[in-house]
Amino acid sequence: MSGAAKTTTAQWRDYSLSNEAPAPALTHEDWYACPIPRKQLRQLSRRSDGPALRDYTLWLGLLAASGLLAYLSWDTWWMVPAFLVYGLLYGSCADSRWHECAHGTAFRSRRLNEAFYHLASFMALKNAHLWRWSHARHHSHTIVVGRDPEIAFPRPPDLFGMVRNLLHLKTGPIEMSKLLRHSVGRLNEVETDYVPESERAKVVWTARAYLAILAAVIVWSLAAQSWMPVMFVGLPTFYGSWLHHILSATQHAGLAEDVPDHRLSCRTVHLNPVLRFIYSNMNYHLEHHMFPMVPFYALPALHAAIREDCPPPYPSLWAAYREMIPAMIRQTRDPDHFVRRALPAGAQGHRAGATAAI
Amino acid sequence: MSDRLDWVEVCAVDEIDEEDVIRFDRGTKTYAVYRTLEGAFYATDGLCTHEQIHLADGIVIDSLIECPKHQGRFDIRSGEAKSAPACVNLRIHPVRIEAGRVHIGLSD
Ligand code: FES
Repeated sequence: MSGAAKTTTAQWRDYSLSNEAPAPALTHEDWYACPIPRKQLRQLSRRSDGPALRDYTLWLGLLAASGLLAYLSWDTWWMVPAFLVYGLLYGSCADSRWHECAHGTAFRSRRLNEAFYHLASFMALKNAHLWRWSHARHHSHTIVVGRDPEIAFPRPPDLFGMVRNLLHLKTGPIEMSKLLRHSVGRLNEVETDYVPESERAKVVWTARAYLAILAAVIVWSLAAQSWMPVMFVGLPTFYGSWLHHILSATQHAGLAEDVPDHRLSCRTVHLNPVLRFIYSNMNYHLEHHMFPMVPFYALPALHAAIREDCPPPYPSLWAAYREMIPAMIRQTRDPDHFVRRALPAGAQGHRAGATAAI
Repeated sequence: MSDRLDWVEVCAVDEIDEEDVIRFDRGTKTYAVYRTLEGAFYATDGLCTHEQIHLADGIVIDSLIECPKHQGRFDIRSGEAKSAPACVNLRIHPVRIEAGRVHIGLSD
């Protein structure tokens, strides 16, 4: 499954959006889409508030229950498992839910989508009005170097950063420094590239709102001379996002760049129902990228509909990591190395002209 | 106003499903023609104002069209951009039904 070109003269690439020689732009028509009847796709894309209301009620119910246990067990050893569960539901579950709501696909009602989008974005400490635009760009130019602002594992991959992120100590400080910078009205060159001028004030005011809430919680903690308030709001993003980082690393790490075929740049990994609940079915990542208008609850059915035209899904998280980690280690010294996903016999190839990008 | 319109036949009424959209190309231009659940017909320019994606690949939800690429939404009755990343309104075109056929009025 994996391979590499011989590269003694290979160069590391510039992944920033200010790169003056990004990979060639790909149009929407360049991107491969598995054949699926329009009626079936429409059916799968159909919105309903029911599944997400059940999912989000369960999520917030469990969060409240674990929070109550954590509160009641404060100052005892029982608070350790209680906060572990609370943090996981806060940090890891919020991260997959801001994402689904950013697509507007969780609920049929846009108001519900927006309400949960802002709640989950705050919990994940991701500026809602910045990430909406960066994520749109990620979908336009998925893993295209110099065009996609959300390539989490550029080559050489930051393996130490992966470990730090078990306590959110790579992503967290980056997002916090962005919030501070945005709160004083400064968007950098890359951000102004993808956030339209009319939307930039929202980025600034969102950053101020998040920081005001965090500051209020810190002041409360100081006044009460107790860690309790910050253990419930703010810190859970740090001590509870570890599972999200473990799951989301499988999305694209070690796979092909600059290829207009999500089958080659995204992974679909089979997970158990508990992990799928935590991760909002984003383990069907190939399917999500190819047809982003399909809501999270319909992704398993979409997977079944197109699987004959896709590389085999990874049977487990372990299987994905067993491939990913050696490839990433090799990428620390070989910029041309990547995992080549094999398309099944009979699967359709790329659109004309698209193969040149591989 | 309507004298200046060029009325163009698109398709038979039943060629567009309820709560669905089809693409209609004419010359170098492309349009999206919609039918709502209530049986009303509307037409707009065919490409999303965000990144020029064919709206006919999207889905109709009540009186909104959702773009297939980033799920920006437009009101198909007014062309108004209703949610980001769609921020620029869409041009609309009048529709009339004659003898079971859908026609759209084009002014260009
Ligand atoms: S292309 Fe339509 S919302 Fe982005």
